Amino acid sequence: MKRIKLLILLSLLFISTPLYAIDAKREVLPNGLVLLHSEKHNLPIVKVTLLIKASPFNEPPEKAGLANLVASLLTEGTKNRTSEQISEEIEFLGAHLGAATDRDYTLLKLSILKKDLEKGFSIFSDILLNPVFPPEEIKRKIDLIKGGLRQAEEEPGFLASREFRRTLYGKHHPYGRLVEGTLESLDNINREDIVGFYKTYYRPNNAIVAIVGDITHEEAINLLKRFLSSWEKGNIPETPEYHIPKIEDVKLITIDRELTQANIILGHHGVKRSNPDYYAISVMNYIFGGGGFASRLMMRIRDDMGLAYDVHSFFSSDKDTGVFEVGVQTKNESARTVIDVILKEMRRVRSEHVSDRELNDAKSYLTGSFPRRIDTMGKIADFLVLTEFYNLGIDYDKKYPQLINSVTKDDILRVAKKYLHPDRYILVVVGDIEKTGISGSTF
Amino acid sequence: MKFKRVSGWLIIFSLFVLFAPSPVYPITVSKEEILPNGLKVLVIEDHKAPIATFQIWYRVGSRNDPKGKTGISHLLEHMMFKGTEKIGPKQFSRIIQRNGGIDNAYTTKDYTMYFETLSSDRINLAIELEADRMKNLLLRKDDSLYERSVVMEERRMRYEDDPQRSLYEEVVATAFKVHPYHNPVIGWMSDLGSIQQEDLLLHYSRYYAPENAVVVIAGDVNPEEILQKIKEEFGSIKKTAKRPVFSSKEPVQRGQKRVYLKKEAKLPYILIAYHVPSFPDKDSAALDVLSYILSGKSGRLYKNLVRTKEIALNAFASYSGFYIDPYLFFLGGTVRPGRKAEDLERAFYEEIKRIQETPPTEREIQKAKNQVEASFIMEQDSIYNQAELIGMFEMLGDWRLIDKYLKMIREVRPEDVQRVARKYFTEDNRTVGILIPEKRGVEK
Repeated sequence: MKRIKLLILLSLLFISTPLYAIDAKREVLPNGLVLLHSEKHNLPIVKVTLLIKASPFNEPPEKAGLANLVASLLTEGTKNRTSEQISEEIEFLGAHLGAATDRDYTLLKLSILKKDLEKGFSIFSDILLNPVFPPEEIKRKIDLIKGGLRQAEEEPGFLASREFRRTLYGKHHPYGRLVEGTLESLDNINREDIVGFYKTYYRPNNAIVAIVGDITHEEAINLLKRFLSSWEKGNIPETPEYHIPKIEDVKLITIDRELTQANIILGHHGVKRSNPDYYAISVMNYIFGGGGFASRLMMRIRDDMGLAYDVHSFFSSDKDTGVFEVGVQTKNESARTVIDVILKEMRRVRSEHVSDRELNDAKSYLTGSFPRRIDTMGKIADFLVLTEFYNLGIDYDKKYPQLINSVTKDDILRVAKKYLHPDRYILVVVGDIEKTGISGSTF
Repeated sequence: MKFKRVSGWLIIFSLFVLFAPSPVYPITVSKEEILPNGLKVLVIEDHKAPIATFQIWYRVGSRNDPKGKTGISHLLEHMMFKGTEKIGPKQFSRIIQRNGGIDNAYTTKDYTMYFETLSSDRINLAIELEADRMKNLLLRKDDSLYERSVVMEERRMRYEDDPQRSLYEEVVATAFKVHPYHNPVIGWMSDLGSIQQEDLLLHYSRYYAPENAVVVIAGDVNPEEILQKIKEEFGSIKKTAKRPVFSSKEPVQRGQKRVYLKKEAKLPYILIAYHVPSFPDKDSAALDVLSYILSGKSGRLYKNLVRTKEIALNAFASYSGFYIDPYLFFLGGTVRPGRKAEDLERAFYEEIKRIQETPPTEREIQKAKNQVEASFIMEQDSIYNQAELIGMFEMLGDWRLIDKYLKMIREVRPEDVQRVARKYFTEDNRTVGILIPEKRGVEK
């Protein structure tokens, strides 16, 4: 086992890891569409990810779910194809095509064999440029989304997360609600809203596309010219700013269910993706609760105490101020103990320096695992549109190790003090509340 | 970040779509060797990215759990991270992670797999660590007790608090009365509580041996060098004593079985299971194609049950032929608010009847074949998936069976699908589970 020791030593000395170069080309087309292209010829496949800057930020709160509804209706009928024709043609090729809205954006994705690219991209461009939003499909889709929302209530994790966000962001901020909307808000959406939203936001100057795989730059440009040249620029309204309520003390929310485990979320506001402290926070959170089996929370709560299968923490990376969240499931009777440990570890990382070992381990993981984040064509396509969307630069993959490696122990202590708040947080517990022994007065 | 020591039977449930080869892009095993101690090594070269994955597959799963000790194979998988004389109790994953890698493991009904994915210049580390824990695992008493409670938490999370998953457990346990497929991989709660350190030691000594394992490495590696390294690290590990002979066989089911589960839930849910053969039985390819014809947005279940009749919120067909012994073909779905479970059950039988009366169209068959072929090529974009595919076929007997599988899929004709639907989808051969939602008495 001597070799193991040697490798460990080496990894401490040479933290930077050779990177898998994406070598993407960036180009802004005449209609404003940003194209990112990366050529990979190891397999005869092409992956396309197209980002539209349309999200719940662009919908009125009383019509929550509009952005998502528009995206999910793109595949339900165009000027040239019915919903059934779209799925039949795509699935016959063994391809995948879909559109979905996330908190900050909407993504359309196509995954296809090179030999079928023309055919596949023509369907892709059809759903992007020519959706017709048939009334019966709108009704059908709303029904399915509502049914899905009801069913999701069976999942304790869903309930906990929904309450956590609702309390953290209040009614008006889009991060405070589900991307899908609510049973009530979906009923407020009519076809005009949908068509209007589509016409306003689905514009090339409001979009980013990444094309990755067995396709040359020239082929990619020609593909866009052929299928997307009729896509016209538009005036995009400015995205409104939403107020974020402050959390001044501890708020406890309990949801009583007949469960064997308590599902616990403890957290508060985090940071914006654009915050320069993002990288120091990444390292700090890895050590605290983000580093899987290497994290302090996992070692204490799972390895030392055997109280949970999984415990983790994260800072979300969102355009607006995101969340910091610790999530854990433990049997009802252990809930209080686990919450105490989480708070204790939060205080500890705020009050003393992390060790050299922890710092080095975190940096080696974060930099060394980077190549795996971009090791398939699909991952590269998503990575490219998101780095563009969050303004991280086309050379982000090359800059990343330096951003992480420059973090010091002082930085970690500073960001822990600044961004972790063990005295003002929201605590949501979904479980058999009586068995947990948790009540308003205990926290 | 995905958490490790996940249990693979969940994954396997949906994996069948990934597995199918193509003549144009076959996965090439560039090195294959059986060491004198029986360890089989397979190397797949792929230099597209500077990473490599190491997987070690042990021929032990919940099928091998002794009576009254269900869950022991899965618990032992957890214990494999608890350290050896050289590697401390919490060190395994930390060492991999500080080298920029990830590691994980899962247990299925038939086998247990461990893997590490690292940049290719660090892959030797995985070889060293895996060889060490194949022979030197400590299995301390305290660790065993702690880990038992971790697994109990895992069981609460995955089954007890998930009504649809609970129904799956009920249906499988009802469908199999003799064969150990009856038992969940994670084990029954009271069995978990009874597993002792000695039980784990015995299980480890029986099954964790070179002749009971297969190593698969894929990625940016030099096959000769990597094989040399494997010989150095694993070569000295000795073969082990004999393992118990597995002889269990499920008798033919003669009559429908029904099971009801009452649990706090929002919507009724139904799960129907038919006993079916596994690959490479001649009927397995037609069953596979049939599951494709029923699945997907353009498949029959979505089109008819979700879209047209509006009975189901979602509906699925699931078949994996990649079990060692015959397993189950599942049909299932969540009942749409306002509809009844019986309506959905009847609608499933109507779909089956249609296939039994009229063979599917040539286009439906071709679509299924195209889907198998395309996903096979797409999955190869990940070296992890390449290695997993090879390893899984090796567990079924030989990685070369991939070719046979493809050939069988290509030969499926509409009449074959009709024939297997008639043969297996009979009332006497099915087990039906229905989840009846219950409201909690008092809302606090």
